[in-house]
Amino acid sequence: MRAAFARFAPPLVTLVLILGAWALATGPGGLPSYLLPGPWPVALSLWNGLVGTGSFWPHIGFTLTSTLLGYVGGSVAAIITGVAAAESRLFERFVYPYVVAVQAAPKVALAPLILVWFGFGLASKVVLVALICFFPLLVNTISGIRGTDPELIEMARSFSRSRGFVFLHVKLPAAAPAIFAGLQIGIVLALIGAVVGEFVASDRGVGYLIGSATVNMSVTTMFAGVIVLAAFGMAGSALVQRIQRRVVFWDNAERHIVTPQETA
Amino acid sequence: MTLPPALRLREVGFSFPGRTVLAGLSFDVAPGEFVAVLGPSGGGKSTLLRLIAGLLPPAAGQVLVQGTVVAGPRRDVGMVFQKPTLLPWRTALDNVLLPAGFRRGASAGERTRAEALLAAVGLGDSAGYYPAQLSGGMAQRVGLARMLLHDPDLLLLDEPFAALDAMTRERMALVLQKLWQERPRAAVFVTHSIQEALLLADRVVVLAHSPGRIVADWPVPLPRPRAPETMATPEFNALALKLRRLFDEVAA
Repeated sequence: MRAAFARFAPPLVTLVLILGAWALATGPGGLPSYLLPGPWPVALSLWNGLVGTGSFWPHIGFTLTSTLLGYVGGSVAAIITGVAAAESRLFERFVYPYVVAVQAAPKVALAPLILVWFGFGLASKVVLVALICFFPLLVNTISGIRGTDPELIEMARSFSRSRGFVFLHVKLPAAAPAIFAGLQIGIVLALIGAVVGEFVASDRGVGYLIGSATVNMSVTTMFAGVIVLAAFGMAGSALVQRIQRRVVFWDNAERHIVTPQETA
Repeated sequence: MTLPPALRLREVGFSFPGRTVLAGLSFDVAPGEFVAVLGPSGGGKSTLLRLIAGLLPPAAGQVLVQGTVVAGPRRDVGMVFQKPTLLPWRTALDNVLLPAGFRRGASAGERTRAEALLAAVGLGDSAGYYPAQLSGGMAQRVGLARMLLHDPDLLLLDEPFAALDAMTRERMALVLQKLWQERPRAAVFVTHSIQEALLLADRVVVLAHSPGRIVADWPVPLPRPRAPETMATPEFNALALKLRRLFDEVAA
């Protein structure tokens, strides 16, 4: 109980201070509400959207669907491709330099093109999300497998273990911390991808909600939408972290491979 | 009919690009004979073990184990490495069972044997621990147990105690001696410690480096079991001094 208090009290103090400053800045003589609405109207809009009219839910459902489908699809594809790439010399020589090059390019720039190819519905958002999640995880999977301690591989070989055994029981577990680091990056990028897709062209989704609120100058709705997205980003990230701790229990969480910072 | 030597090297040579590591190396190890290979660091000792283990192909000559040419790793050869090389995501017991494919792949007999081996190296109560929970000495004991799982006829030990502190190191040498005396078998023990070589071996082979070749092949006529007291005897010290002199010449 005491420990929980000690842990949660400091950030709560910060939150209260921020809300106080926000209320003060938007109070009498402060910023006009069409630029920055106060915390109370935003909370009210959030309450209305989630509980009162429930008008946010179809949007939330749409965004979560495209985020999750794209994330799972992109991640599975990245791990499979990464495994094939790490185990193949030819791939390394012919394709890997381009993978690195594409990794450095901002994939969201492709959003308009993907919308043209896959339409304005769910499919285009899923593809965009998958594409954005794919590269960081691919690079992490490859470098994780490549980074396996060669002495562990040699040890397993010295006991006549097959190539398949070495891959499954030595290389893949050795790469797991790096793969999870990639999954962690991916879940945050996935949400960004879904929202950008909705910004560009959509008739549903939290990104669409924020976009259309801009047109109506409904700044409170925009804030409510951003808060909803932040909550999902945090929840997703925390969930992946939880799974990571369980699966990669032997790894000290902080020392996995550093990935190139993705600017989506 | 006489038994073939447990290990026979015939004019074995090996080079990495631009550097000859071993050249014209020939010696036999009889069944049940414990041979220590002494040499300076970077003298090709580890490479020699990898050639015998079938992890590397020799560039020249032949390696024969139990009379047949080594073409790859074999089940009747067990190896211990300088680092414990345990899988961090497997328990001590599962690490011992790696040669059998872990608990799932292992037969009931292999499982019983793994538990018995852990008990024999003094880790009977630590079977369920993960490597992160083991000290360096404990981890290397797991490595010894793993090496013995399939009761190999030839042991290859690549400076297995080099990373341990002096006290643990001596204790581990005695653990190894005990395991070996329970069933004497051919062993090639690579080390750069003269004391360790004399404590364990029936024979000491000294390698010079660049390229690795044999400069001495001496028997160690000290009675077994050897103990820390052995290291205080004049015979031990005379032999150690002789090796030391030779070592200095070789390294110079």
